[in-house]
Amino acid sequence: MNFDKELDACGLNCPLPILRSKKTLNEMSSGQVLKIVATDPGSVKDFAAFAKQTGNELLSSTEDGGKYTFFIKKK
Amino acid sequence: MDEKKLAIIATKGTLDWAYPPFILASTAAALGYETQVFFTFYGLQLVRKDTSGLKVSPIANPGMPMKMPFGPKWFRDINWNIPNILQCSIPGYESVATMLMKQTIANNGVATVEELRSLCQEADVKFIACQMTVELFGFEHSDFIDGLEYGGAATFFEFAGESDICLFI
Repeated sequence: MNFDKELDACGLNCPLPILRSKKTLNEMSSGQVLKIVATDPGSVKDFAAFAKQTGNELLSSTEDGGKYTFFIKKK
Repeated sequence: MDEKKLAIIATKGTLDWAYPPFILASTAAALGYETQVFFTFYGLQLVRKDTSGLKVSPIANPGMPMKMPFGPKWFRDINWNIPNILQCSIPGYESVATMLMKQTIANNGVATVEELRSLCQEADVKFIACQMTVELFGFEHSDFIDGLEYGGAATFFEFAGESDICLFI
């Protein structure tokens, strides 16, 4: 999937992946896509909840070998 | 849609209890909540410039696992059940427990209290310190971080009365 910016949140625990993502999204413009890679298993539900509450669209959420990858499109 | 509002009262002054108010406030701000935290009594310790006084006490806290943050896995998995009577009589026990807790926090990629606190401030979380307890405990405004406001119970209710969520921590 194409993306405009990437955020490495590996090794970070709650709530840092969400806070860093929010900060990165603030620097982006509407319609741009942010890719996030995290290792916190709690981030799967958290990013879904974040997207739902902020209106930014969660395009995909996948797991591969303990790494969680999310693509979020800025509102 | 109007912005949702979260009001928190932070009353505890230990390292472990420093986390819930800052985690919830920073996350709420990221989700678009307007957020205020009112620091009163021991909670004032959380907004001091010097946070070295924030410690964790395993004494009379049976819910706290006592595990070592280093060594092989079998060693780290041991839960050291140390009786209260010993904990009370070993000098520096709290300092050692605090050091081990800080190491565990770092090992797990959990933010430091100072980091979460500044993330809150960057995200426009409003911090209010209780002026009455500042005086009661003999603190000066210069003991506290910049960006604090000082007020009383009525100040808290002005915001809390309009809030969607209100937490006492």
